[in-house]
Amino acid sequence: MRRLETRWGILMALPAILGFVIFTIGPMVASAFFSLTDWTIGASPNFIGLDNYATMVQDELFWKSLSTTTYYTLGAVPLVLIVSFAVAMLLNQKVRGLAVWRTIFYLPTLVPAIANVVLWIWIFNPDFGLLNSLLRQGGLPGSQWIYAESTAVPSMIIMSTWGFGNTMVIFLAGLQGVPRHLYEAVSIDGGGAWRRFWHVTLPMMTPTIFYNLVVGVVGTFQVFNQAYVMTEGGPNHATLFYVYYLFRKAFTESEMGYASALAWTLFMIIMVVTFLMFRNARRWVYYEMAGAR
Amino acid sequence: MTALATPDQTAARGVAPTQGLRKPRRYGRILLYVALVAGSIPTLLPFVWLVRSALMQDAQMFVSPPQWIPSPFQWSNFSESLTTQPFARYFLNTVVIAVISVLGTVLTCAVAAFSFSRLRWRGRNIVFALLLSGVMLPYAVTLIPTFVMWQELDLIDTIAPLTVPSWFAGAGGGVFNIFLLRQFFLTIPFELDEAAYIDGASPWRVFWTIIMPLSKPAIIVVTIFTFIGTWNDFLGPLLYLQNEENYTLSLGLASFQSMYITQWGYLMAASAAIIAPIIALFFFMQRYFIEGVTLTGIKN
Repeated sequence: MRRLETRWGILMALPAILGFVIFTIGPMVASAFFSLTDWTIGASPNFIGLDNYATMVQDELFWKSLSTTTYYTLGAVPLVLIVSFAVAMLLNQKVRGLAVWRTIFYLPTLVPAIANVVLWIWIFNPDFGLLNSLLRQGGLPGSQWIYAESTAVPSMIIMSTWGFGNTMVIFLAGLQGVPRHLYEAVSIDGGGAWRRFWHVTLPMMTPTIFYNLVVGVVGTFQVFNQAYVMTEGGPNHATLFYVYYLFRKAFTESEMGYASALAWTLFMIIMVVTFLMFRNARRWVYYEMAGAR
Repeated sequence: MTALATPDQTAARGVAPTQGLRKPRRYGRILLYVALVAGSIPTLLPFVWLVRSALMQDAQMFVSPPQWIPSPFQWSNFSESLTTQPFARYFLNTVVIAVISVLGTVLTCAVAAFSFSRLRWRGRNIVFALLLSGVMLPYAVTLIPTFVMWQELDLIDTIAPLTVPSWFAGAGGGVFNIFLLRQFFLTIPFELDEAAYIDGASPWRVFWTIIMPLSKPAIIVVTIFTFIGTWNDFLGPLLYLQNEENYTLSLGLASFQSMYITQWGYLMAASAAIIAPIIALFFFMQRYFIEGVTLTGIKN
């Protein structure tokens, strides 16, 4: 039985293992190698050591794309966390028509990325878009939204907040796992809704908040569609997000070597940021007495 | 993500809303519904705007202050926008890619999850941990070499790059599915396997005739997630499909957007038509989404 199990075990895990080798480890190593070459499509690659990375340090657009992406992440992640947590709290109550409410709040997340972008191009239209129409009706001045350098990234942050559904679903699952006896304990002590939230919900939810924070940061660091379809990185490089810049280097300018260096730099940045978040987490993430439940 | 909730606890916790929360008082209830309605306005407004624009003549869209009710209802936007471009063709392409991907992902991820949860073999946990570590890898790192690989294989502009990885347990993002299915499989009593093995069944038979039929909820979750993921994918088709005949809906819509920049009614109608099937699917399946996330025990 033992040998049979081993044989079947490996055989059945084989597609997954092969997939990992062919589509993750292999490309990762290849990408590291490419990043050390001057490879452009149509020419043969030459080993140039760390030259790509040296070029990058002096590449204005690299810094521009990095700061734009950071700006976007710092704006979008906290906003999405707050909005999705609030809505998850609402949807965790006993309400009529729960399926309908859940669908309503999840809807934007279901919209195919491109349909989403097309819709928002139209909402942001300075002349006859939804936002400026509403503002004008309220007697307020409109904005140029994605068409002006200063408002382009904030506009995209607003747009990203609209798709808070996935984060919300995870919060919802977390909320349902908060042990009820803790709420009862607070009630017996005479605590109201605020104390229940502050002393039970919030501490018990810190692991979920942390998970959503990490996933959110890793995700927003890699935005692409908006920049590609909506603004093509403009106006004046205001929405030149990192992965879009990388895509342009690789598939428009065929600079595969340099683009690979960009990819590995992104990898290292994400690793460092994630590491820092994990190290910092010890201070505020509350892991309940595991197994005590 | 350090300690995973033990599966039996996770299952027992169930998915009913508001366990333990007492019904708020009446004024609290009213406040709750006010908040729900207020919150859903910004969520729904863009959709209302989309639908009203999809049903308007272009001239009416540009009126200020904006009008909310189309007059007349321009139903022809739908039929015309969907025929000026071969959207039927794009629809078919998208369905083919989605179906092949769903089949591959479900099958190979379930098989792997079975191996990682119910078959004991040396190195099992190390291999599983390695696979999981791949989840954090930014897709940008593998993008270029993977593209080059498909190019070398001369498979650009075929559906191979968009479907083959799914048959390797969804390669990359698929690990999440293995994780989810494994969690679910662990909740099924092991006595079932033992009894079957005593009767001389092979592991494959145990997997196929015992575990799979008992795991419908988890399979449905993986199916929905994979389907929506494929349906909405843009970067993949953008990289690998060139001939317009092979376009998916996302790609078709993006090219439509740049081509018919002036015909907003068409564009809105096409967008609405692409969104509708996904919304219908979700409405009927939404229970499983929440359940699926709960099942994975992500909260810890």
